[in-house]
Formats: sequence, C-alpha cells, structure tokens
Amino acid sequence: MDKFVKQEGLVVPLDRSNVDTDAVIPKQYLKSIKRTGYGPNLFDEWRYLDHGEPGMDHSRRPLNPNFVLNQPRYRGATVLLARENFGCGSSREHAPWALLQYGFQAVIAPSFADIFYSNSLKNGLLLIKLDAKIVDRLFREVEGNSGYRLAVDLEAQTVTAPGGESFRFDIDPFAKHSLLNGLDEIGLSLEHAADVKAFEAKHRESQPWLFT
Amino acid sequence: MTAKTLYDKLWDSHLAHQAKDGSVLLYIDRHLVHEVTSPQAYEGLKLAGRKPWRVDSVVATADHNTPTRNWERGLDGIEDPVSRLQVETLDQNMKEFGAKVYFPFLDRKQGIVHVIGPEQGATLPGMTLVCGDSHTSTHGALGCLAFGIGTSEVEHVLATQCLVAKKTKSMQVVVDGALGHGVTAKDVILAIIGKIGTAGGTGYTIEFAGEAIRGLSMEGRMTLCNMSIEGGARAGMVAVDDKTIEYVKGRPLAPKGAMWDRAVSYWRTLVSDPGSKFDKVVTLDAAAIQPQVTWGTNPQMVTTIDGKVPDPAQEKDPVQREWMERALKYMDLKPNTPITEIRPDKIFIGACTNSRIEDLRAAAAVAKGRHVAPSVKLAIVVPGSGLVKEQAEKEGLDKIFTAAGFEWRQPGCSLCLGMNDDLASPGDRIASTSNRNFEGRQGPGARTHLVSPAMAVAAAVAGHFVDVRKV
Repeated sequence: MDKFVKQEGLVVPLDRSNVDTDAVIPKQYLKSIKRTGYGPNLFDEWRYLDHGEPGMDHSRRPLNPNFVLNQPRYRGATVLLARENFGCGSSREHAPWALLQYGFQAVIAPSFADIFYSNSLKNGLLLIKLDAKIVDRLFREVEGNSGYRLAVDLEAQTVTAPGGESFRFDIDPFAKHSLLNGLDEIGLSLEHAADVKAFEAKHRESQPWLFT
Repeated sequence: MTAKTLYDKLWDSHLAHQAKDGSVLLYIDRHLVHEVTSPQAYEGLKLAGRKPWRVDSVVATADHNTPTRNWERGLDGIEDPVSRLQVETLDQNMKEFGAKVYFPFLDRKQGIVHVIGPEQGATLPGMTLVCGDSHTSTHGALGCLAFGIGTSEVEHVLATQCLVAKKTKSMQVVVDGALGHGVTAKDVILAIIGKIGTAGGTGYTIEFAGEAIRGLSMEGRMTLCNMSIEGGARAGMVAVDDKTIEYVKGRPLAPKGAMWDRAVSYWRTLVSDPGSKFDKVVTLDAAAIQPQVTWGTNPQMVTTIDGKVPDPAQEKDPVQREWMERALKYMDLKPNTPITEIRPDKIFIGACTNSRIEDLRAAAAVAKGRHVAPSVKLAIVVPGSGLVKEQAEKEGLDKIFTAAGFEWRQPGCSLCLGMNDDLASPGDRIASTSNRNFEGRQGPGARTHLVSPAMAVAAAVAGHFVDVRKV
C-alpha cells in the first residue's frame, strides 16, 4: 500500500447522496483480473454520453459536459466532496481502485458505507467523515469559489480550508498508522501467526466438525 | 455471567489475537470464493510468495459471469472473452491453490455462491464465514457470523485465516406477530429497509427476532439476511432453532454421527440470552406489513402495493428531495402514480435473494394456469443452483413456468447485475426478485422494481403491478 502523505488539492463536489459502488464503477469493468486500469471508468455511466465496455479507447468517448468531473474548473481534482452514505452497495474493491487511479487521494462525506470504508483504507484512499453541516458549507464554498482547495493532514487529523479554518476528523488509530506508513497488513497479521495457530488448535478441539 | 447476544457469542468464540486498540484478528472458519473478487487476491498471494493458510476452509464456484443458456457449448458459451478469462482464471487458481470443494462452471452442483453454501452444508451454525461479496450476509440465517469483504481482505483471509476486525454495534430488529397471507420474507426485509433507511444499519450487526421471523422457513430467513446489507448492515443473523438444525441435517458437508450430536448440542446455545443488551432495537408489527414494491433507485425507496409514487415536493430536506427527484427522473415515474399503474416489461425471478426452491414454488403457484401478458417482452426464471434446478424439474415447476410463457434457464447470478449476457436494455422496466435497484444495476438505463417472487409473477401476468393476494 502507498503511504498517505500530507496533501493539499483541488476539490470537486459530487452533490448526490447514497452514491453506490455500482455507480462508482459499473459491473462490466469487474470482469478484469487486474488491479489497475479502472481510472478511465470511474463513474462511467455519469461521465460519458455513450455506453462503455472494457477494451474501448475511453479517451475517445464523448464526455457528458454536465457531469461535474468533466467541468474544466475541476480538472486535476484530488479531493472528492460527497454526500451521506457514499459507497453503499456492492463490496467491489474496484471502487476505491477506480477513485485512486483517477487521481483522488481523499473523499470527504458525512458518512460512508462500511465495506467501502474498509476497502478504501486498505488501499491508501483516505475517507474523511465530517459533520453534515460542515460538509454542506464546504459544498457552498467549493461551488462558489473556482480553484477551491483543501489541505488534508492525516497526522494531525485535520482538513484545512483556504481561509485557515481547520476541521478535525476521527480515524481508527490502527488504520491511521497503516496509512501513514504504507504498511502491509498481511505481513503485520502474520507476526501473530503463533497466536493464530494456538487459537486454531483450541478451536479444532472444541468444534472439530469445522475441520473435517 | 453476563447475558450475551448471539453476535457476542459468535464474536467471542473467534478471537485469535487481540490488540491493545480493540482491534482483533477474527478467525474465519469458511471462505467462499467466486471468480469476480478473487483473481487479484490470488495474484497478490503469488506475488508475495505466500500460501493459503487452510485450503480446507475454501469453497468456490463461478456464478457472476456464467451464462444461463448455451451450456452445451461449454466454455465457448461464454461469449465475452473478458468474462471467459475470469472464469478460466478461477479454474487455474483452484488448480494451483486448491479448495475443500470447487463447483466450476457447467458442474451439476454449480450455482450462486450464497445458494450453494447452505445447500452443501458448507455454511454451519456458529461459524464465521466471509466471501468477497456483499450478500454474504445471507448465511447469517443459519446462526453464523457472515459478512462481505473486499479483495484485499480475501487475500488477507487466504494468507492468515483471519481478518483484522473491530466489533460493530448490535441492533435487534423484532418483527412481532404473524405475517398476513401472501406476505413474504422479501416484503418483511423491504419494509425493514423502508423503515431504517439504506444507511440505518451502517456500523451495526443485525439480529432478526420475533414471532414472524421464527415463523419464516430457512429459505425465508436467507432472503431476510441477504438484504441486511441493503439496510447498511454488513451482517444479519437469526438465532438457531429446530428449523435451523433440521435444515442442516444430512447436507454433504454437515457433521455426521457422534460429531453431529456434539455439534447440535453446541448449536442449541446459539441464541441471544434473555436480558442481553442491544445498542439499538427496532420493532415492526408483522400484521401491518403489506406486499412491497420499490419505486426508486435504492432499496429504501419502497412502498406498499396499494401505495403511490411519493412526491418529492413534500420532502423538506433539500438533499433528500434532490435524491428523490433524480430517482424519479431515472425511473421515468411521475409523483403520485399508483404503484398498480406501473407496467414492467421484463420479469426476473432469481438472484441470491430469491432463487431457492421455496421461491420457485411460490412463483409457480401464481404462474400455474396463467400466462405472461403480451406487453411483457421477456420473463425468465433462473434457479439459484443446479440442485435447485433439478429439484424444481422433479416437481414439474419448469413446465408450469414454460407453459406460462417464462424462459427456464441455467443457474447463476444472471440479471441481478448483468455481468453475463442477461443484460437489460436502456428503458427496460423490470419486476425483479433481486436485491438492488441502483441506476444501471441490471443494465445501463434499465429500471428495476424489487418485489417478491409471487409479486413478480403476478405483475408478469397482469402486465402491471398487482396485489398478489387479490389474484
């Protein structure tokens, strides 16, 4: 996993609640057996005017000019501002892959769906939960100010607006540590292999039918 | 001793390691694998030079990409080369890494992973069970802790037999009283989601309880738990009772002989103790639950068959209003339209929610002696597994469906998400027994209405939604 470094970036507002992972990356792209190549198909059905399929040259497809990601003022955005329950539905990890590969490093929303949340942190995509009122205000500020940027400091757990005002966010300490250091979670877990083996032996004794 | 919930018991019996910050390594007993979310995990394992911790815990099948026709053509029947490669990659990974059981494409026992798990006895009470698929919550119907994970976690479970997890909060959803005639588990779970909202269960594990839940068959409980995730909860579960034990008995992977007796005496303890505390309790009156139909682009957007499409103008919250307006535009519906005036032109009976034998029996009971309306372009029945298909054919259900104008297909996920060639077209309006009515879920521009199997057949016959109790 890549380390999450302190970052400051252009913000794009996606003003829709309950954005599901089918919308983040449609099913036809889940047929790939690779981990990469999903960026061009992020929000595919909203972003393009035609229907996309794997193997197409997506750079030649007609863009939907009304979709916020396609507006010139938001080009190069690295922070996605979203509404509540972002990432609900399917467990597809292709959703955080697509967001990261498009160029996003952080998503700010009042709430996220559980599976999407853990999938994102495991890939170095920082999800920031802020109070709905603050998110509402950020939407107004982004929409009203071209070139609006936010600074995200994971170490300090703050998001800082251009005027200097900071908002604190919560994050699980283990997830924070892993993100800051780009740790291999499997490697960390395997450090406890002896504990797992000991548990497994006991478990086998008490519920042997699980091991037949 | 403190009274424990079922979730507490399942959680406490699987702690392989506990860290100071409260996170644990949760030991996983059963790992279900399918072709879509596993290739990158096996690749990761290979790149890191790691081996699966316990191959015996893995049960695998191909279901998402598999066609529901043209099986006589073998692998060539998968027209899309990208889909075919994914199915072949699972074959390859199974050869290289192995599994307890693997039901490949074309196998007699192949099927939707959440149908074959319980069917084979691969899902047992008291287990922790995971799969790279959000509808893994289905298996909680058997009194186990089952939830969907992402591909990184699939790799983590393969390598360590554990997941880094934190205990969620607990919610009890009590459905008191008896369900009315013609009201099914699907209507119950849609009514629950309508009440708590699509994010109402976020951060919670749900236990379904109450007289109406006890009254459901095991299949009904699977339908219920299947859609826990549609209410935001990663896991849903039902306590063990006689029905659970009767269901598991004699299944291929279930314990036998003395081991069976020992297992049963343990499984009997898998109930929430009297006086155990939940962080939240939600109560519904079973008698008040009517057949449900979704009208929007999220399962929360649901109403009763005698209801109307809501009017966004009545919604005070601007974010909610905007969401409703967008949904109605996508669904091409006007506010205040009676649900019975909505005319689906495609019918899908299947998916991990409603493709078990009981679902097909309920659908066939309505289809018998009737015919699909001329306005319906396509009506398909996709059994959840090869064994469900065999059983249905033994009972003559296939003949009832085909005589009524339905197509009888091979098993798989099919039109629930259209990763195979059962894809809906833009503008199609589908009465579907699946679990998600998201934009584009069944095909770009396709409009989904979620209903029970009996309600889907009733709509197919009438050409519009209709109260199945009056058919």
